[in-house]
Amino acid sequence: MQFTRRDTLVMGAGAAVATFMPLQVFADATEDASAEFAMGEAITDGGVELTAPEIAENGNTVPISVNAPGAVAVLILATGNPAPKVIGFNFGPRAGGQTASTRCRLAGTQDIVALAKMADGSVKRTSATVKVTIGGCGG
Amino acid sequence: MADNVKPRVRVPRSAVAGEAFEIKTLISHKMESGARKDSDGNTIPRSIIHHFSCDFNGENVIQAALEGAISTNPYIQFEASIEESGTFTFTWQDDDGSEYTDSKDITVG
Repeated sequence: MQFTRRDTLVMGAGAAVATFMPLQVFADATEDASAEFAMGEAITDGGVELTAPEIAENGNTVPISVNAPGAVAVLILATGNPAPKVIGFNFGPRAGGQTASTRCRLAGTQDIVALAKMADGSVKRTSATVKVTIGGCGG
Repeated sequence: MADNVKPRVRVPRSAVAGEAFEIKTLISHKMESGARKDSDGNTIPRSIIHHFSCDFNGENVIQAALEGAISTNPYIQFEASIEESGTFTFTWQDDDGSEYTDSKDITVG
């Protein structure tokens, strides 16, 4: 079989779409989860502290912690995971500070996003990049 | 039901009224994310702890909605601040409907 110039172009375009598609899907899922959490409020940067390692050797247990003074709820998203939601916290009246830590799984090198809903309804956002040596999705 | 689920909680024995202190919780659980496949290519069904909450004398301290991206043996650390002596109760809810609880007493002063 001979490839014409047109065939080659179509195949190239198809390959490009196939390569970028999953990334696009993950990004959309992150957007959806953010929008759901924000409930129509505008999301502004800053006001939340997210602590994550710069390099995680093992994607199966990556320690993350969030500190959001004045927040009532916090949502952590991993933008590069097949399912972006990691954990959501709701702080009650007996919380000593709006801070929490946990350990999560990361599929690969990616940005982690922390969203915090303040008592007045505004939504703050911050992100951190984590380089993952071995992914934690067991693929 | 997941086997050998054992909650472990670390709470200080005493606290100063109104001052924040740390609480650490760990529960042994495999946290099967539902994204993995076994050697035959079949998806392993999701089996995780999806909800955690901590209360003090009936008042909420923190609630957490856990997803498949939380590591095996989920560890959660947070802060509480109390005015009087009492009991912390910790509740974990499993996907299979079971509930694991633990409680710790604390004195103020």
